[in-house]
Amino acid sequence: MRFAVIQFPGSNCDYDVVYVLKNVLGVPTDLVWHKFFKGDVYDAVILPGGFSYGDYLRSGAIASHSPAMEEVKKIAEDGRPVLGICNGFQILIEAGLLPGALMPNDCLKFVCKWVTLKCETSGTAFTCMIPEGRLLHIPIAHREGRYFNTREELEKMRENRQIVFRYVDEKGEVNSKANPNGSVENIASVCNVKGNVVGLMPHPERASEKVLSPYKDCDGILLFKSMVRFLKS
Amino acid sequence: MASKMLSFKVRVEVWLKEGLVDAEGKTVEEALNDLGYRVSSSRVGKVYEFVIKAGDEEEAKRLVNEMCTRLLANPVKDKFIYEVKKIGVQ
Repeated sequence: MRFAVIQFPGSNCDYDVVYVLKNVLGVPTDLVWHKFFKGDVYDAVILPGGFSYGDYLRSGAIASHSPAMEEVKKIAEDGRPVLGICNGFQILIEAGLLPGALMPNDCLKFVCKWVTLKCETSGTAFTCMIPEGRLLHIPIAHREGRYFNTREELEKMRENRQIVFRYVDEKGEVNSKANPNGSVENIASVCNVKGNVVGLMPHPERASEKVLSPYKDCDGILLFKSMVRFLKS
Repeated sequence: MASKMLSFKVRVEVWLKEGLVDAEGKTVEEALNDLGYRVSSSRVGKVYEFVIKAGDEEEAKRLVNEMCTRLLANPVKDKFIYEVKKIGVQ
């Protein structure tokens, strides 16, 4: 089993993801510059957070045209796991691998804080170890994370179970107070129809060790552990 | 024999589609109102200007349309308009 973390100019959470995979989870992982990325040797790929190409045009728009993304598309079509975290999520959306759009937060501020998420489906490569309805503590850090899609498309996504996580309060309720950025239906994470491509705004790599969490849990590691189990099954 | 290429000055405007909350537009509107101006319906968009080479105006327009769809605008949330003006022969 071998994993790749793709580095774009402006990625800045790349080393955190590599650290979690190599040192916390103990799986072989390469950090690969986007111009050199070839997908055939990897079982799964992660697009890390950051500010690829300075967020010019729209977040993720320029990186989505990198030759690396043609390789990522092949991996996605193969059914191998692809995870986009924060800016990585924005890139997957701009590349058309995930539905919808991510717009500037409704408060227009960069929001950096711990949030509570509710798992809406265990049917993805990154949530197969997380029971539906389980609450997770994971931090967010972004300015363009307001998820949007049309009513018709959202209906289709609900039918296909493509909503993966929602922002909720401590009781697990979906409400506007728990929504940090104005996302439609409090959506924090979505997947493709097959469930092997997942994008999320929160940073699971920053919540993968107890020592990093004010809640003394390590919920983020569940996404990476799910990926490994998905590949073994 | 290669046909002559023409240069066109292009101006593209990208706007959020109507009906979507334009948080930036709303904030600008509030700031202008705070300064005492009675402003409403404010929207914020992006303008791009560049020069493109093409065989004729029709081709230039087709290319600009393609650029907008592929990169400059996100069709899920954006609408775009553009102008193409001939500036010379090369």
